[in-house]
Amino acid sequence: MYPITKAEKLADKIFLMDVVAPRIAKHCEPGQFIIAKTDEVGERIPLTICDYDREAGTITIVFQIVGASTERMSHLQAGDAFQDFVGPLGCPSEFVKEDLEELKKKKYLFVAGGVGTAPVYPQVKWLKEHGIDADVIMGAKTHDMLILEEEMRSVAGNLYVATDDGSYGFKGMVTGLIEELVKEKGNHYDVCVAIGPMIMMKFVCLLTKQLEIPTIVSLNPIMVDGTGMCGACRVTVGNEVKFACVDGPEFDGHLVNFDEAMKRQQMYRTEEGRAMLKLQEGDTHHGGCGHCGGDN
Amino acid sequence: MDVLKKVPVREQEPKVRATNFEEVCYGYDQEEAMEESTRCINCKNAKCVTGCPVSINIPGFIAKVKEGNFEEAYQIISESSALPAVCGRVCPQESQCEGKCIRGIKGEPVSIGKLERFVADWAREHGIKPQPAKEKKNHKVAVIGSGPAGLTCAGDLAKMGYDVTIFEALHEAGGVLIYGIPEFRLPKQGVVEPEIENVKSLGVKIETDVVIGKATTIDELMDEEGFEAVFIGSGAGLPKFMGIPGENANGVFSANEYLTRNNLMKAFREDHDTPIFRGKKVAVVGGGNVAMDAARTALRLGAEVHIVYRRSEEELPARVEEVHHAKEEGIIFDLLTNPVEILADENGWVKGMRCIRMELGEPDASGRRRPVEIPGSEFELALDTVIMSLGTSPNPLISSTTEGLEVNRWKCIVADENNGKTTKEGVYAGGDAVTGAATVILAMGAGKAAAKGIDEYLSGK
Repeated sequence: MYPITKAEKLADKIFLMDVVAPRIAKHCEPGQFIIAKTDEVGERIPLTICDYDREAGTITIVFQIVGASTERMSHLQAGDAFQDFVGPLGCPSEFVKEDLEELKKKKYLFVAGGVGTAPVYPQVKWLKEHGIDADVIMGAKTHDMLILEEEMRSVAGNLYVATDDGSYGFKGMVTGLIEELVKEKGNHYDVCVAIGPMIMMKFVCLLTKQLEIPTIVSLNPIMVDGTGMCGACRVTVGNEVKFACVDGPEFDGHLVNFDEAMKRQQMYRTEEGRAMLKLQEGDTHHGGCGHCGGDN
Repeated sequence: MDVLKKVPVREQEPKVRATNFEEVCYGYDQEEAMEESTRCINCKNAKCVTGCPVSINIPGFIAKVKEGNFEEAYQIISESSALPAVCGRVCPQESQCEGKCIRGIKGEPVSIGKLERFVADWAREHGIKPQPAKEKKNHKVAVIGSGPAGLTCAGDLAKMGYDVTIFEALHEAGGVLIYGIPEFRLPKQGVVEPEIENVKSLGVKIETDVVIGKATTIDELMDEEGFEAVFIGSGAGLPKFMGIPGENANGVFSANEYLTRNNLMKAFREDHDTPIFRGKKVAVVGGGNVAMDAARTALRLGAEVHIVYRRSEEELPARVEEVHHAKEEGIIFDLLTNPVEILADENGWVKGMRCIRMELGEPDASGRRRPVEIPGSEFELALDTVIMSLGTSPNPLISSTTEGLEVNRWKCIVADENNGKTTKEGVYAGGDAVTGAATVILAMGAGKAAAKGIDEYLSGK
């Protein structure tokens, strides 16, 4: 069992937890992920690592409720435990292994969308700890949905915020803010790292390709084991099929086939939605999900 | 009784079992087992034993069955095998012990597999456990992977008195016995879990959720955690795909994914969260045991299922019994057929598969006649699911993170088949990680040989 030492609600449907997992905390690096399983009947859920404390032996995860399993997970409290917690999985971010002097010459721009802020944070923090200030754009639907702003501010060089509805910071999409920084302010960036909803990463990549900024994205496709065994997470990068769990999760965003990746993400949508409705409505669920036949 | 024939074994009716996940074969009862055991003529120079990768004293245990002394029969088997209830169910006996049986020359061989299964089941039902070591040795050994190779190696070392810890990447121990082989062929709660408990009762510790190569490395286990020897039995986990257009469409799965969802994650049960796509018309590409398992699983989840295999029935690598069971249950075999493209609809979902007919040409390197495409014979199969069952290869997670561990060009770990020795001192390996995808019993044989190798190594230290 993996005890939870802290559980906190960050925003609507978004939760943060600290979990005791010494083996993972000892070895994990920015860019990697874990798989959590709540209990006997739960799914194996891949979640990027938001932070880690090697001494305390803890891992911080942030997740959003997207289905029945994450909904159940959100009810866990400090003092509860995950039945299973495995990792660190996937490859660390590339810069971790780069020559530090070379790295210091590069200007990084991070673009974090929604819960994608969580995996961006340890990367920016790592760079800060190695004497590198990176610019960060954080995007959210609305001010209330913005997470980890203070944490990010403490490690970022410049922090910019965009909200879709303009309730805070720049009004509009993160892509609008990138254009403003690069085209209007004339900022130069050597590398962009974009992590967030697939659709956001797709549009950021279309823009950065035009702006000629090499861009890395972190994919979070459907997975089962997370060790290369099932191939559920396969993505097309360039003309090659890669497994996000072992070859990724970070890839050259300009080579990722986002349209295919987005279609693949829908694979269990209906099943998940169904499970979710069953959970919310229990025996009173008589249709509306479009799948159970209850509405016929 | 016809001595030329096996005592028939009772099975669930094909029509009934095609709709459930209960075990297909009921096995022998006491009376049937004792009757079958009389067919063994107790050869002095028993050929069956030479056909068994773990050299079980087959005539010895059958003689005890004949006497009705099942407990002793069990102790004889467990001297050589840590997983008899598993082997009695999934070993390819026809090409091993039973394939060598003298009875088989004139009639049917003795039903050794079913007798082994009976003895193991009887022992479990009567609470009989294997004998733990009397004396402990002060040496720590790490075993990586809790599949057949790892469990056997760990069990044998524990019986010799070693302090053994198994590290398993998944959340449950058992490897392919848990994630790969389906419930209807190998019940998890009823058979696999108790056998793993037996290994634990010998003193073996099992730590799940530890991915070696990620959470820690072999070098760390040896340098920091005090393990003096390591056995790698990490299997062959990476699925192969064909590389044909459309393979990333929604509804195309590796057999590994499909079976893992169903078996390990129990997606077939309503009370478990993990979903599985329940197709209406499914093609399973491939002809091995895993293909049969995937096909029969899809059938039980309610689909019409086709096996698409590029050679003919004779070349099917699956066990005869599995093919027979699959046919009885209504699986359709599209033989001498090879997929060339998977067709998807505008939303990216599988709607069909374009295939081409094949014919057999000259024998290839494997000695089997090479399938050759018949020009102009392409046709479309309407489908909503395709399951690729083309074999698996070893996972490079461990070999790529262990210094001094040599692998061959297929990424298989190089190891001496007599004692499991690898190119790194104190590190041994066996099973699919060394051979590439093979059978449960061959992995067990390798685990056994490595246990002996490790014992020799540590005894000499």
